[in-house]
Amino acid sequence: MWRQGLAISILLACGVATFVMSMSTMLSLKRSMNQYYSDSHFGDVFVSMTRAPSELANRMKEIPGVARVETRIVQNIILDVPQMSEPASCRLVSINPEAGSSLNSVTLIRGRLPNPTGQVEVIASEQFADAHGFQPGDQLSAIMGGRKERLRIVGIGMSPEFIYVTQPGLLLTDNRRYGVLWMPRRQLEAAFNMEGAFNDAVMTLRSRASVKNVLFRADQLTERYGGVGAYDRSDQPSHHRLADEMHQTGSMAFVTPSIFLAVATFLFNLVFSRMVHQQQEQIATLRAFGYRQREIGMYYMKLVITLILLGSLIGFLLSLPMSWWMTNQYARFFRFPTVLYEFARTEAVLASLISFVAAFAGSFSSIRRASRLPPAVSMRPEAPNADRASIVKRLGLEMYLSPIGRMIVRRLETNKRSTAFSVLGMAMGLSVLVLGSFFQDTINYVTEVQFERTQRQDVMLTFYETASAQSQHDILHLPGVTRAEYFRTVPVRLRQGSKEHRLELMGLEEQAELFRVLDDAERQVPFPSIRALTISQKLAEILDVVTGDKVTVEVLDGKRQRLTVPIARVFPDYATPGAYMNRHELHLLMQEGERLSGAFIEVDPRRLDELYAQVKETPAIAGILDKNAAHKNFVKTVSENTFVMRMVNYAFASIIAFGVIYNCALITLAERSRDLATLRVMGFKRREISTVLLGELAIITLLSVPIGLPIGCGFAFVATLALDTETHRFPFVVSRATFAGATTILISSAIVSSLVVRRMLDKLDLIAVLKVKE
Amino acid sequence: MTARETKISTSIDSGVAFDRLFQARGLTKVYRMGEVDVHALRGVDIDLFPGEFIVILGPSGSGKSTLLNILGGLDVPTEGQVKYSDHDLTNADEEELTQYRREHVGFVFQFYNLIAGLTAIENVALVADIAPDPLDPEEALRLVGLADRQNHYPSQLSGGEQQRVAIARAIGKRPDVLLCDEPTGALDVKTGIVVLDAIARINQELGTLTAVITHNASIADLADRVVYLSDGCIVEIKQNTNKKTAADLVW
Ligand SMILES: Nc1ncnc2c1ncn2[C@@H]1O[C@H](COP(=O)(O)OP(=O)(O)OP(=O)(O)O)[C@@H](O)[C@H]1O
Ligand SMILES: [Mg+2]
Repeated sequence: MWRQGLAISILLACGVATFVMSMSTMLSLKRSMNQYYSDSHFGDVFVSMTRAPSELANRMKEIPGVARVETRIVQNIILDVPQMSEPASCRLVSINPEAGSSLNSVTLIRGRLPNPTGQVEVIASEQFADAHGFQPGDQLSAIMGGRKERLRIVGIGMSPEFIYVTQPGLLLTDNRRYGVLWMPRRQLEAAFNMEGAFNDAVMTLRSRASVKNVLFRADQLTERYGGVGAYDRSDQPSHHRLADEMHQTGSMAFVTPSIFLAVATFLFNLVFSRMVHQQQEQIATLRAFGYRQREIGMYYMKLVITLILLGSLIGFLLSLPMSWWMTNQYARFFRFPTVLYEFARTEAVLASLISFVAAFAGSFSSIRRASRLPPAVSMRPEAPNADRASIVKRLGLEMYLSPIGRMIVRRLETNKRSTAFSVLGMAMGLSVLVLGSFFQDTINYVTEVQFERTQRQDVMLTFYETASAQSQHDILHLPGVTRAEYFRTVPVRLRQGSKEHRLELMGLEEQAELFRVLDDAERQVPFPSIRALTISQKLAEILDVVTGDKVTVEVLDGKRQRLTVPIARVFPDYATPGAYMNRHELHLLMQEGERLSGAFIEVDPRRLDELYAQVKETPAIAGILDKNAAHKNFVKTVSENTFVMRMVNYAFASIIAFGVIYNCALITLAERSRDLATLRVMGFKRREISTVLLGELAIITLLSVPIGLPIGCGFAFVATLALDTETHRFPFVVSRATFAGATTILISSAIVSSLVVRRMLDKLDLIAVLKVKE
Repeated sequence: MTARETKISTSIDSGVAFDRLFQARGLTKVYRMGEVDVHALRGVDIDLFPGEFIVILGPSGSGKSTLLNILGGLDVPTEGQVKYSDHDLTNADEEELTQYRREHVGFVFQFYNLIAGLTAIENVALVADIAPDPLDPEEALRLVGLADRQNHYPSQLSGGEQQRVAIARAIGKRPDVLLCDEPTGALDVKTGIVVLDAIARINQELGTLTAVITHNASIADLADRVVYLSDGCIVEIKQNTNKKTAADLVW
């Protein structure tokens, strides 16, 4: 009895625990992020330009709503890292080591701040340093303003602006190839002839400032100095990505646990009502002794309340260390220097309240039915209906069954209610297992589409300044290059009515071979030579447009054109919102010649090192991205991000599945113990009678598979829908491996439960069982 | 002490000590209930012979069921010795006891313990499956007069009929011993007689050593010997010289 009670409570506890844990984790992460942002004075508005005089900063300060302005020099350079054949590039950001608190301030993790005089000293970003194992004292050489310079790393640090480092123009960033270095401003000024000037500004705003207005004024001020458009935090690449990741983690942390909680509550009811059903006989006897309906009802009410309280309590206790652990995992993943832990009190109370109401409502009817039982009803097992042949009999299979086999089948067939309960319970257990693990399939699918079918290049090159058509020739002459396809990316703001979105508009060949944009059905999306945009479904939703509508394209670079362009086509895809057009049309639209941003390249793998060596010596090339490395990197990042959550979900799903099966097994044992004891008395061996029980469990388990897997798919589908955020859409993919994994866990749980029950069966007290009337 | 001496002499008096089926000596069963020891049996000596019909009588709690369970290999004594033919049941482990029950013993209980999901004949066939030389299930049902009800489920049978199916099932393996613990306990007089008649007939026709526990002293008239138990001891073993048939019983 206590075993069963505990097992029921644990079901509920799992649901409560996952829910509360996820909520607490998200809450803690948000707090930690905000704390980090405010501690390090993360900016609210950002703007970069080619070169502006220092006094422009004062004019920026006068924009209404601006609290602080800080100007900087930011440059991309090529690095020569020892023991690395391929070139790395990095973003150099100026700092003022002498100044006190600064905006986007760098937190030192190791080492010290650089000295502004003598040999150039830098702080390396943590990711970059980790990827190379840099320690303070290591040296790098860099091409800075045409001169080769030796840089000495004196510290490792981080900043809220580069939690995610994104390489401009690249879809993905490889932390080995691209990093951030902070350098004293004076030395940067000297190297790039930027004395008395700056090319990047960060602003913080007063509360209640109009962001829109500040952006507009900042654009006006910087336009003359080659400004590429001010943006606020939501468009800041690192924060954007972080917010997106957190949002995804957050929705994953909400949807799955919610379904878990619902399933756990449902199973609680299921198992509880079976338990009450099984105790009918005792209830009837109590009634015969003169117990009132109310008294029996009260007894079960108290039992339910105790079990729910116990379940919630175990759930809370479980969720505390788990969410603490998980918060730390994620905080480390997101690189928050401090972790502020917070227990999601409201959600915890809510979760137990929900389960309380649901469990109570669910068990109410079984309690009522039980307490209304007429006194001393003898709980005779339902007999098979002699007139209606059973399924097995109708199929003509019965003659092949031994009496033991018939015993199993008849019991399952005549006790339809409890068979159905068991099957449904196990099916739910299986379905949460599918739910707990299908996300990996989604990731795998998206990754495969992205890195194998869309990107077919070996490396991707980006140019410093947009290169002329002349460089086409140069690229093809780089060692090992067998094929090249060029692209143009232009930072733009797309606008339709009040809706807008900032992105890199990409110009591609009509039928690009090395970089193919694919739709949902994995068909290549062509970019015909017309002045029109082809955009992804997500972008269409963001801008609220359909094919044929017109959008305003504000170019945030060069001549800063503002044009109206129609949408030629909207295609569904799973990548980030994107806008594309024919490259040649884009050049026309930009009123430029063949200015290229980069190239997708096919390389003879044997000559890759040679290519790298050459690229290092080519100042025009700003970045190089090895697709396979990026692929690996992406998989690693994504699986790290989702690993914790997935593991925890999977663990809880397994416990839930196990709990249900264990309960089923216990109930089956209780219901069958009399028959089994009778068989033992007749001389059946332990092994022989355990076939009866295990056979029954096996059939229930097998029946639950075809029911549980579709339910699991349904849950997974709901979860996919819920993961459909503003910027991301996920395909609904459940692989056979997931089905197989879930089924394996179900079957192992069934086997373990059977072994436990079998041990209990071995200890069955034959005499005691037979002494009592059935 | 006197009681014990009488008993031993009784069994020796019967003169067939050499082919006895059971030999129990100093059987003691103590149930330990926390601090208290409950003595269910206090040194029981008894011999049982093939083909005998034994009735065990005694007040409630006197140890009848305990004795029967030990003889049937469902339980082992705390002290003393019990032998079935050449099997030593005293120190047998669970496996050996199961094997012993499987080959030699048929049980009938007060609550018929039929498998609800199986028809009468299937209930009987269940044991036929594990027995080396079983009776034909139909034949077993015929012996208890239920040949025409073989395809009925227990729920479609009366209590007496169910008990008879239980008897058919017990004898289905052609056991050497048939042990019945209050087989008529849950039945009315008329039905009880039908059931006892079935047991007696089996004892006659198959020559199975049969031991029946009862609270009804008049059933003793069916027996070859009547064993009286009280407070865990055999107080008397009476040879019945005037054996009646079930139909002649006065309840
Ligand atoms: N499992 C047990 N644990 C403790 N004591 C037991 C157990 N089984 C039997 N006893 C005790 O042993 C004694 C003999 O019990 P037994 O069942 O043999 O009596 P009985 O003669 O069959 O009685 P009845 O006619 O009421 O069935 C009783 O006092 C009983 O309380
Ligand atoms: Mg008894």
